[in-house]
Amino acid sequence: MSKQAIILTVNGVARQALVEPNQTLTSLLRDELGLTGTKHGCGVGDCGCCTVILDGETVNSCLVLAMQAQGREVTTIEGLAKGAELHPLQQAFVDAGAIQCGFCTPGMILSAKALLDHTPQPTREEITKGLSGNLCRCTGYEKIVEAVQDAAGKMSEA
Amino acid sequence: MSGNFEVIGSRAPRKDAPNKSTGKARYIEDIKFPGELAGALLQSPQAHAKIKRIDISRAQALPGVVAVITAQDVPDVKYGVSPARYDETLFAVDRVRYVGDEIAAVAAEDLATAQRAVEFIEVEYEPLPVLLTVEQATAEGAPWLHEQFPDNVCAQVEQEFGDVEAAFAGCDLIQEGSFFSKRQDGAFIEPNQCVALMDSDGVLNLHSSTQVPHYVQRTLAMVTGLNMSKVRVVKPYVGGGFGPKASATPIDLAAGFLAMKTGRPVRMAYTREQVFLFSRARHGFTHHMKIGVKKDGTLMALDHRATLDGGAYSSFGIATVYYAGSLLGGPYKLPNMRYHGLRVFTNKPACGAQRGHGGVIARALFEQQMDVIAERLGMDPIELRLKNMMETGDVTCNDLAMSSLGMRECIEAVKNGSGWDQKKGKLPKGKGIGMACGFFVSGAGYPIYRSETYHCTIMIKADEDGGGIVVYTASAEIGQGSETTMAMIAAEAVGIPYEQVRVKSGDTDFGIDLGAYSSRTTLMTGHATKEAGENLKAMILETLAQELEIDQSRLDIKNGLIKISGDPVDFSAIRIGYIKEHRGWQDQPSGDELTFREAARLAYLRRGTLVSTGKYKPPVLGGKYKGAAVGTSPAYGCSAQVAEVSVDFETGQIKVERITDAHDCGQAVNLTSVEAQMQGSVSMGLGEALFEEVKFDGQGRILNPSLGEYHIPTVMDMPETKCIVVESGEPNGPFGAKEVGEGAIMPTIPAILNAVRNATGLVLDETPLTPERVYLAIKKQKGA
Repeated sequence: MSKQAIILTVNGVARQALVEPNQTLTSLLRDELGLTGTKHGCGVGDCGCCTVILDGETVNSCLVLAMQAQGREVTTIEGLAKGAELHPLQQAFVDAGAIQCGFCTPGMILSAKALLDHTPQPTREEITKGLSGNLCRCTGYEKIVEAVQDAAGKMSEA
Repeated sequence: MSGNFEVIGSRAPRKDAPNKSTGKARYIEDIKFPGELAGALLQSPQAHAKIKRIDISRAQALPGVVAVITAQDVPDVKYGVSPARYDETLFAVDRVRYVGDEIAAVAAEDLATAQRAVEFIEVEYEPLPVLLTVEQATAEGAPWLHEQFPDNVCAQVEQEFGDVEAAFAGCDLIQEGSFFSKRQDGAFIEPNQCVALMDSDGVLNLHSSTQVPHYVQRTLAMVTGLNMSKVRVVKPYVGGGFGPKASATPIDLAAGFLAMKTGRPVRMAYTREQVFLFSRARHGFTHHMKIGVKKDGTLMALDHRATLDGGAYSSFGIATVYYAGSLLGGPYKLPNMRYHGLRVFTNKPACGAQRGHGGVIARALFEQQMDVIAERLGMDPIELRLKNMMETGDVTCNDLAMSSLGMRECIEAVKNGSGWDQKKGKLPKGKGIGMACGFFVSGAGYPIYRSETYHCTIMIKADEDGGGIVVYTASAEIGQGSETTMAMIAAEAVGIPYEQVRVKSGDTDFGIDLGAYSSRTTLMTGHATKEAGENLKAMILETLAQELEIDQSRLDIKNGLIKISGDPVDFSAIRIGYIKEHRGWQDQPSGDELTFREAARLAYLRRGTLVSTGKYKPPVLGGKYKGAAVGTSPAYGCSAQVAEVSVDFETGQIKVERITDAHDCGQAVNLTSVEAQMQGSVSMGLGEALFEEVKFDGQGRILNPSLGEYHIPTVMDMPETKCIVVESGEPNGPFGAKEVGEGAIMPTIPAILNAVRNATGLVLDETPLTPERVYLAIKKQKGA
C-alpha cells in the first residue's frame, strides 16, 4: 500500500499529510497531526469518544478514512478554545461538574457543539438525542445535559 | 452539620476539568516514548485445554519482531490479588482455563507486525471439558481447574452471628426468596493500556491506566523479581475504572518483561474485546434468603446463601464472597444473621471487584424481600425501614460500627423529595414507585496483603516563594475527583485558597497509597493530606511566632491571611524584608494583615525548603471472627433511593422515569463531586438492572464483547435524578467526610425492582430486566 498526500482544513488551518489508504481519520488526527484530544475508545463506532465535526456534521472519526477527509473541514476539540479562553460549552462543562474521567468529554463537547450550531435553543429531548451517540460511564449524563442547557443559554445571550 | 469551612463543602471547579475540556489532558495513549515497540498478546481461543506444544519459531523469524516470550521466559511466580489465593501465572504453563487466557507476548517494531507474529505462534491444544456454570463446575466428577482448589471451590464462607434458628422460632412471619444476576462488565470508556521502559537508573518504569499504582508496583516487582525500589508505576489520567482496573493486568506484566528483555519502551493495549476477555468485573450472583420478622415488623433473623460464578481465577473473589454476606449486617438492626457463601471456578474470564463490591445483588434481594414483608404485614415499605434502621452509634451483629449514619435523614429526604405519600398506591396502571436503602464501607480496614503498612502517605512542599503548595500523593485520580478533593482538604488544612494548591498524583515515587478502590480515598488519603497540611501550617507558624516573638497559639492562617489574636503585633520588618527581596515586582503584599506568602517565604528563609508529611492507617477495627477483615471500615456511608417507573405491558419495556436519591457522605468535600458520584452510581445500577449482561456461547466465548452489543446506559436511558446530600458528620473522617462512590449504587437496583413490582405485582427474580424477561413474566402472571 502506498501513502497518498491529502490536504484538509483542521480547526481553520490548512494541513497536509501523507496517509495510508486504510488509515482512519482518528489516526490521522492523533498520530500524524498530534491532536490527541480526539480519543480512541473502541475503534468501531460504538462509544463516540473519537467524535469530530466534519463539514458541520459529527462523525465517529474511527469510521472515516483519512482519505475521505481530503478537501474537507474538520473541527476537533483543540479547535474550540480561543487561546486561554474556553469555548462556552467547555466552560459550562467545567462549571457544571460534567467532567469526571474526561475520556468521553472531547467527543461529548463536539456533539454538543454540532447540536447547538444547528439548534441553538434545544429542548431536553433534543439534547439527549444529540448526545445519544456518546457513551459516558462516569457521570450518569445529568450534569452533561445541564452543561449543554447552560451553554445554550449563555451563547444565545452573547 | 457543616463547620465553618473556607473551602470544604464548596463547588470548587475540578483541577483537571479545564485540561480535560480542551483535549490537553494526557492519557496513556497520548504519551509517546522514543523508540517504542508495540506489544501483542496471544490469548487462548479455547476455554479449557491442555497445552501440548508451543512453537514460536515462525513468529520469531518474522521481520520486525524483536522478542517473543512465553511461560518459559519468565520466572515461575504465581500472583493474583489476595496472597492466600495467588493462582495466576502471567502465561499459561501447561493449561488454559478460559477463552482469553494468556499464552505468549510479542514485541515488534509496529503493532501490525506484532499482531501478525501472534498469529504465527503455533499452539497445540488438547481440549478438556468446558465448565461454564456453577452446576457444571460442582458436578460429581467435574475436572478441577486448579489442583490446589478441590471441587472447583475457590472460597467458602460459613458465618453465624447470634442464633438464627432460635430467632426464627420466635418470628411471626418468614419470608423467603431467591435472586439471579448476570455477569456485568466494567465498561470504562478507556481500554487498559500501558508502556513499560527501563530508565537510566535501571528502574523499570510502567506507565499504566490503573486504579492502583501501588499494587501494580508490588505485583510487577514480585513477578519480575526486582526490588520495589527498582519498579516505578506512573498513572497518567485514566478513563474510568470502577473496580476492574484495581489489579495488575497481564499487559502490565508482559510489557514489563518485554521492556527488560529488549531494552526499549514497549506499549501494550487492550482492544475493547480484550477488555471483556480480561473482565475482572461484577460476578454473576445467586442468592437465597430467608428473613424472619415479628408482626410489628421488627427484623429478627436472616439466613442467607450466595453462590458466585467466579470465572477461571480468584482475582478479588475472596473479598467479593465475604462482602456479599457482610454488607447485609446493616443498615437495619438485624440481631441474627447466618451466611453461607460459595465462590466457584468456571472456564470463563475471572470476575473481580466492581462498584458496590460484592454487595449489590445481595442488597437487591434483601430490599425486595423487605417490600414483600411490608406488604404482608400491611405496612408502608418506608415505615418498615424506619422501624428497623440503625442510627449513629449502632454496631451490626457482624461488628461493623456505624460511627455516623444519617439513614433516617436519607429515608425522609427521598420520601419527601419524591412525593411518596402522594404517589404510593395512587399511580395509574403501568406506573410504579419503589424505594430501597443501602450502605457501604469508606475504605477497607486492611490492605489486600497482610501488613502494618500505612494505607497512604502524603508529602506537601511549600513553594519557596510562598506562592502556594504542591501536594504529592501516590493516590489514583481515575475520574472520581480525588486530586480536587485532596487540593480542597490541603487548602482547608493549611488555610489558603484552593487556587494556591497544586496536586501531583498517581506516581509510586511520591509515596504509598493503596489506590482507588473500596471508596477509600476521601477518608484515608484525605486524613493523610489533612495531617500533612496541618503539619505544614505548624512549621510556618512556628517560625513566624519566633520571628514575632509571640506565642504560636496566637497565630492562625485563614484564606491565605495570617490571623493574630490578642494585641496588635508589628510585622513590618517581615513585610519590608519581603518587599525589598521583590523590588520591581508588581504584586507586593499590602493590607493590614500579613499574608501566607510572606509567612511561608520567611519560613523558607529560616529553615530551607518546607516539606511536611502526613500518613494514615485505620485504627484496629472490630470483629475477631474469620472474614472480619472484609466489611470493617473506619466509617460507613448510607443512602436511600426512590425509583419511579413505567412498564409497557405489551412489550415488557421498562422506563425508569425518575430517581430521588439521598446519600450521607458525612460532609461533602466538594458538593458537585458528591452529586456526580451519586448520579454516576445511579447510571451504573440502572444499567445492571435493565440491560447489562455478558453473554457466552457453549464454548465459553463471549457473544457481545463490544459497547454496541453490550448495552450500557446512554443519555436517553437516564431518568431525571434528584440528588439530596445528607451530612451526618463522620468523627473518623477528615473534616467529617466519608464515602459516596459506592454506597450510592446500593439502592438503585432494588428501588427499580420494587417500583416494577408496584407497577406489575411481579416479584422478578432475575436481572437484567430485559423486555423479553418482563414480558414473559407478565404473560405467565396473566395465565396463572
